[in-house]
Order: sequence, then structure tokens, then C-alpha cells
Amino acid sequence: MATEVLPWLFLQPARPVPCDVLRNAAKTLSMKSRQASAQPLEPRPAGSSAAEAELRVCLVAGLAGDAARYRRFLDGLSGHLRAYLRRRLPRARDDVEDILQETLLAVHNARHTYRPEQPLTAWVHAIARYKLMDFFRAHSRREALHDPFDDDGGLFVASDVEPTDARRDVAVLLQALPDRHRLPIQLVKLEGLSVAEAAQRCGMSESAVKVGVHRGLKALAARIRGNT
Amino acid sequence: MKTDDFIALLAAQTPPVDQHAPARRFALAWIAGFVVALLLMVLLLGVRPDIEDAVRVPTFWFRLCYAGAIAAAALWVTARLARPGVRVGGAWAVLATPVALGWVAMGWVLAHAAPGTHLPLILGHTWRVCPILIATLAMPAFVAMLWAVRGMAPVRPRLAGAAVGLLAGATGTVAYCLHCPEMAPPFWSTWYLLGMLIPAALGTLVGPRALRW
Repeated sequence: MATEVLPWLFLQPARPVPCDVLRNAAKTLSMKSRQASAQPLEPRPAGSSAAEAELRVCLVAGLAGDAARYRRFLDGLSGHLRAYLRRRLPRARDDVEDILQETLLAVHNARHTYRPEQPLTAWVHAIARYKLMDFFRAHSRREALHDPFDDDGGLFVASDVEPTDARRDVAVLLQALPDRHRLPIQLVKLEGLSVAEAAQRCGMSESAVKVGVHRGLKALAARIRGNT
Repeated sequence: MKTDDFIALLAAQTPPVDQHAPARRFALAWIAGFVVALLLMVLLLGVRPDIEDAVRVPTFWFRLCYAGAIAAAALWVTARLARPGVRVGGAWAVLATPVALGWVAMGWVLAHAAPGTHLPLILGHTWRVCPILIATLAMPAFVAMLWAVRGMAPVRPRLAGAAVGLLAGATGTVAYCLHCPEMAPPFWSTWYLLGMLIPAALGTLVGPRALRW
């Protein structure tokens, strides 16, 4: 499983960038490349590109506290991830933004697990794959039986997706809410985090999370009754 | 548009990430688990009365190194499984080495033992309780290490749970070495290993739930 080649994410501009350039870029951003020799580098994926190099530089700067570059990293990453997810889920476009945001949140929350000497592709791919598998598991046992990464995306046809959409209607309803309501509900009510954890994760105050859950649920109830 | 807002929300809170925090968390968890295991061992089982003589016997240290090496290798495997996109690779071989050495020692001792003494060498006097006691002593480290790995991002939670269990088992074994009167390699390369595999199996079961993120 871990040995697969990962040319998927940063394919667009295929200008190869030498490894040492990347590593120097990481070093100049004052990140100590800790235990670079102790930790064998993964082989560079064939599709590694200027896009990956740039994203990686931005992420490393973001890890050091540079909010603007971190934002550029997330922006760039979301474009690649969206394309990736759309290829995987050609018939479930509505879910793509959901999974995209979940993956971005996962990347954000796991950013301390990234090591500057590690290929960004391998790291992001592992997270995206994990979140996508999570989605399939939650979505439908049947779909989980397919390995979504070994096919060309054509296997996920409408007949499999349509019945499962009914179960997703909470997600569809949630989509209509603004993020300040949707995130607290998703984190507290759906993922089962405590208010404090949810506050930490989405960067809101605890009281804002509580208010968000309360107002969001009220709005949802109104929506379900149909008087929006 | 919504995703843009979401990104703005995420990017709004980017304190510098401490690259050493995971290592500290792992160290803290392991030390806590080990200290509590030691306390449990002292309070429930007691250090073996002849410990002063036992430390002069090389087998005592060989046995301790066996458990310690498995713990160290399992810690390495666990740390690698806790990060997305990092391959365990050679760490598996490192983990297998002490186990294999234990079996080699067992084979060597059994090959040189007098006929009829093989079974007593393997079973010792305490084989019935040994794995259970090790699994019990492993519980503090099990809980602590699960906590540590929860703070990371294991993308293979079942395997990570198993590694946590094995690490906890080996940690409990290190503590148990100070109590256990059995010195024969055939005994401990069988029952100690079994004792470590109990929490590993437990980790396989709880990993997917406990390590979800």
C-alpha cells in the first residue's frame, strides 16, 4: 500500500525540480531539518513539480508562523485537492466541497505531523486518502469495497450514489448554513468533540461555538419545517 | 466561495508549530506509562527478593535488553505510523530482530538441554500468570501511548493501535523483568512475547475507534 507511486496531486506544471533545491528552500526558511540523515527520504514521486515545491515552501513558512504564506498554501492545495476529488467522485460533485473542506481541516489539524524533509505529496496524499476512505465508509459499505485509487474514477456510477444521497441530507441541510454555524454543529454534534475541542479546532471562542450550535440547530429545524 | 471562507478561517490561526512537540508528547506518555507500570509492579507483585543476586547474572540483563529492545523498536514503529505518508519500512526489521534473537537463544538453550528438561524450561513455574501479569502492567503505557498517538494523525489506525499495544506490552515487560523469577530464555521468549501480544491484539481492536481523527 505504501509503495504505490503518487503522481496524482501536483501534476499540472510538470517541470521537475531537483531535490536539493527543495531542501535548501526549506532550510533557508529557518526550519531546522531535524534528523535529516536519521530519517531516510522517501523516493521522490515522478510527478513532483514546481507546484509541489512552491506549496511546500509555503507550508514550511506557515509552520513557522507566516499566516499569509500558510493561506497561500491552503489556497493552492485546495485547487489540487478539488481536482483530485472531482476525478474520484465524478458523480458526487455535491460531496466534493464537503470532503475538500474536511480534508483541508485534517491537513490543518495534522500540520504538526509534517516534517520539512518529507515529500509533501506523500503526506497530503495519505491524509486525503484517509479522509476519502472515511467518507466512503460513512457513505456506503458497498462503495468502500472498491479501492478508489486503483481505478480511473469511472466505477462510481450513479446507481450506487443515488440511494446513499438520502442519508446525506443532514449534510445537504448543513451546507446551507454559514460556516460559523455549520462548523460548530459538525464538530460538536456530528464528530462528537467537546465544546472546548471544537473551539480550538475551528478557531472560535467557546461561547461562539455554543451560540453557533444553538442558532444553527434552530435554523436547521426551521429549514426542515420548510419555513425558510 | 465557501471553501475560501473556510480557508480564511483556518489560516487566521497559525501560531508557529513546535516541531518538537510530538517527540515531547511521546516521551511524556511513555515515561508516565513506564513509571506507573513500575509502581504497579512494586505494589502488586513486589520486586523479586533476590534482585541483588539476580543483577549479577548476565541472563537478567539479556532478558531486560530483550524487552527494552522490543519497546524501543515498537516506539519507532509507532512514531512512524503516527505520521501520514511515512513508511515504516526498515523499522519492521528492527522490531523483528530482538524477537528473532530471543528465539535463537531459546533454540540454543533447548538444543543443549538434557533430554526431558525441555518442557520444564519452556513452562517454568509461572507460565500461567506471566502473560496476564505483563498485559496488566502494560495497561498504563497502553492508555498513555494511545493518548500520544491520538495527538498525531495515524492514517492506518488499526496497525497503529497494534504498534501501541506492542509498545505498551514491551514497556510492561521491562517492569515485569524486575519481578519475574524465571531466567531461562525458552521461558521468556515464549511467555513474555505472548504477554506483549495481548495488548497488541487489544490495540488492533480498539485502534480504529480510539485513533480516529
